[in-house]
Amino acid sequence: MFDEHSPIYRQIADAIRADVLSGALREDEQIMSTNQYAAHYRINPATAAKAFQDLVDEGVLYKRRGLGMFVHPRAREKLRDQHRARFFSDVVDPMVTEARAIGVSLDDVIARVAELRDGGEHR
Amino acid sequence: MSPTISAEELRLRYRNTTAVDGLTLTLDGPGIYGLIGRNGSGKTSLMSVLAGFRRASGGRARVNGQPVFENPRILPEICLIRGGADTVEHELRNRVSDALKLAADLRPNWDADYADELVSKFGIDRTKRVVQLSTGQRSALASILGLASRAPVTLLDETYLGMDAPARYAFYDELLRDSMAHPRMLIVSSHLVDEVSPILERVVMIDQGRLLLHEDAETLRARGATVSGPADTVADFVSGRTVLNERRLGRSASAVVYGELAEADRAHARESGLELEPVPLQDLFVHLTKGENR
Repeated sequence: MFDEHSPIYRQIADAIRADVLSGALREDEQIMSTNQYAAHYRINPATAAKAFQDLVDEGVLYKRRGLGMFVHPRAREKLRDQHRARFFSDVVDPMVTEARAIGVSLDDVIARVAELRDGGEHR
Repeated sequence: MSPTISAEELRLRYRNTTAVDGLTLTLDGPGIYGLIGRNGSGKTSLMSVLAGFRRASGGRARVNGQPVFENPRILPEICLIRGGADTVEHELRNRVSDALKLAADLRPNWDADYADELVSKFGIDRTKRVVQLSTGQRSALASILGLASRAPVTLLDETYLGMDAPARYAFYDELLRDSMAHPRMLIVSSHLVDEVSPILERVVMIDQGRLLLHEDAETLRARGATVSGPADTVADFVSGRTVLNERRLGRSASAVVYGELAEADRAHARESGLELEPVPLQDLFVHLTKGENR
């Protein structure tokens, strides 16, 4: 949970997670230094370091003494598991709530999902 | 060596007013420190005493354990630059090049190449007299004198005054870049909290000459939260906590609470359908120092 920190702090952690999930950052790949992040986002390096530390605690990054921060070999798998676990509560349930609120029938939603599953034309 | 600055029961009185009122504070180690306070809160007075520009009316100001005022061993270690600019280097009749030369003589750690780089970066004509520069350029020159001094303790007192937004951001970038390349204690006073807060490592907030708080910037951000949701639920959640501000819109409300929220509190808030958001330092500053309007 990052709601207790600055928006920039969250942005950094989210950006790194997203890069790991998408494969833009590969396992055991080194990430930019806190100073590079600090200069890029125009934040104090201590803020960047704390974002890194949380990612280390989460098992997304690991530290090599004197070298820097690297992507943990199992980071992608771990993040995918986490996102999968939250997928229904974070994505599907709010969609259903929204559909109900604006009067879109769930049958239409289901039909749309089936269409996408079957590689149906995107209109 | 990494410097330590301390103020002990520090007081500074002018004829009828007390500008610094029994302030105790220790700053230790390199980093960018933000000295935040409202107009007239005592920022400039505090900096003047810490830099040995003024003699304290009471208490002690020390750098590395040594008294600052009229101390020839300590003063070269300290560089105070004031916005509005009235330092020695800044003698108005001087040309920019004279000011730089004077700084080079005065400052043991002066980096002339870096100063030249900054003078070009801020587009200052070194053949001009200081008095001929625009307010913004004069402020940029003052900031350059502070940065290139590379003094172990550098105090920049609202040196951004009159600088336009691009120049201010260029200044923040330099401050950050140079503090990483050459770690030292950089104390920046400002009331443009929104702009400066991201680059701060620690925050010193003063009000009416007294210390309000001294805290790691990230810790401080974690200490405030905006709680919003249905008014009743918000009221339940905030009861017994320090509430800095409350707003109500129809049946919903939002409140700014100050103080550590345990993970259990956060979970509880989310389960009750409340939203928790961080509070920008600017807002904390506004709420913590509002009181009577001066």
